This record gives sequence, structure tokens and C-alpha cells, in this order.
Amino acid sequence: MLKKIAMLSLLRSPKTAIQHLLIGDWLTIIFSTILVIYLFQTLWSHQQATKVQIRLGDKVYATYSLNLQQTIHVHGPIGDAEIHIAQGKVRFAKSPCHNQYCVHQGWLTHAGQAAICLPNQISLELIGEEKPYDSLNY
Amino acid sequence: MHIQTTADDHRIAKLAAFAIALHMVEAVIPSPLPGVKPGIANIVTLYVLLQYGFTTAAWVSILRVFASSLLLGQFLSPTFALSLSGALLSLGALALAVHLPKRYFSAVTLSILAAFAHIAGQLIMVRLWLIPHASVAYLIPIFAVAALFFGVINGIITNKLLYNKTLNSQTNPDTELNKSTENAK
Repeated sequence: MLKKIAMLSLLRSPKTAIQHLLIGDWLTIIFSTILVIYLFQTLWSHQQATKVQIRLGDKVYATYSLNLQQTIHVHGPIGDAEIHIAQGKVRFAKSPCHNQYCVHQGWLTHAGQAAICLPNQISLELIGEEKPYDSLNY
Repeated sequence: MHIQTTADDHRIAKLAAFAIALHMVEAVIPSPLPGVKPGIANIVTLYVLLQYGFTTAAWVSILRVFASSLLLGQFLSPTFALSLSGALLSLGALALAVHLPKRYFSAVTLSILAAFAHIAGQLIMVRLWLIPHASVAYLIPIFAVAALFFGVINGIITNKLLYNKTLNSQTNPDTELNKSTENAK
């Protein structure tokens, strides 16, 4: 009952609700907003990728530069996958998995993008000059 | 069989029931993105924290997580694990934030900090267990925006509730008397 009244009066008078905020609240809101903007900038940066890291299972299988056009064959648990690198992009060209999600994902171009083939335990991850989220995850 | 219960137990049960009801309401509301939820049950946690102290708030919050997951059939599922890790971390943040000076920081600050701790707990769980891949980092900004937005709104509602409570007890000397005897206990 009390709750309902509070919510209704909040809808009626958003101005008084804001007046109840104290100086510390404003500081918290401002700092949080800055943090959110910072998170967007660092984690959603569409930085061009320079390298691709291929993982097989939980190990790093190999890292290739995206400047060199080549086709890579990786032998996974259920068969051979074919990975194409061309003009700064990378994709799964062929995969033995039944759903072919990894192949349908197409070309990857930006740092931080990833394609994962779960059945075959192979994943591609694009790396820019610096991995933007390193400091957060490790 | 008879279990001895105290007035405290009854209060915790009553408040937890309130939180569980809000959690159920929220479970029905569709969400644009899985995981982005207003977290209105946290209003109860915050209110209890400021009204009755941290221990009661922790009981209410943990009971709410367990009981709601049983009611929704998610007990011990990934959803439950996410809910629990979020609740535990946000309680941890509240345990620290409750010591902030009340003159400068109202429930809004507590609410924002709790909301951020909540998503941090959930994302850590997702990263370590459910999706052990770095691409989870892409979701962080979205969850952070939601945490800030709903944190502010929940905090304002909690402020309003606490304000109404003091208004009531001022106009109603009986409740004020009840409260002071309760505190004396």
C-alpha cells in the first residue's frame, strides 16, 4: 500500500523526487555516468584488427597477421576446419560442424570480434594493436 | 513440531515475502535483452537496510533469491547462480556503502552502487562459468547503462518510501512510539 502511494506520487511529481537527491548522490551519478561512457569507449571501440588468434580447445593454437592472405587448416576433434585470411579480414570457410554457425558468421574485421565453433572447439578472436579489455578481464 | 520464533524472524519473513512478490512481478515483465531487468526487489533490500540494518537486509535479500528461484523453478539453475552471485556482491557493496555519511549520501547512491555490484557479480559468473570467452566484454556497457538507470530510479523510490515513513510517524505519534520501543528492544 505504502509502496503504491510512493510510486504514484513519484509519477505525479518527478521534480520533488530530484530535489530529494543530496550532493553525494549527484557525485555518484556523475561518476557513474563517466564510468559508463568510458566503458562504451573502451569496449565498443571499432578498432581495425591486425591479428587473429586461433584457439583449439582451451589452448592458443596459433596467431596470424591479417596482412598476409592465406588459408589455414586446423584439425579439431570432429574434423578439419578451413580458415581464410584476406585483406585484414578472417572467416571460417569450411567447418565439419552440423549447424555451420561459425561459417555463417562471415568475415570478421574489428578488434574484439570473435567466431566460435563449439562442436569443433575452434575459435577465432581478432586482436587490435592492444586488446582493449585486457585490464578488465585479467 | 514447534519452532521458537522471535519478532525479528517475523519481520524478516514479512519483508522477504514483499521482496519475493516484487521479484515475481518482475519475472512476468518482458525484457528487451535477457538479463536487463529493473530489479525492483532491490527497493525492499535498500529500504530494509536503511530501516532495520544490514543483517536484516542480508536475510531478506538471500531469502528472496532462494524462495523466488524455487517458485519460478530455477533453483540451482544458471539463472539462480546469476541471481545469487549478483545478490551477494551487491550486499557486499551495501555493507561498505552503508557507512557513507547520511548527510551527503541518500538511498540513491546506495542503489547505484548495489546495481553496479549486482551486474559485476553476474558478469563475473558468466565469464568464469557460463560463457568463458572474452566476447562477454561487449555486453558490459549495456548492463552498466541499465544498472545506472534503474539504480537511480530504485533509489528515488526508496527515498520516497523512507520519507513517507517519517512523515507518517510524525503525524501519527502511535507509530513513532512503536518504532522507538522496537528500537529499544
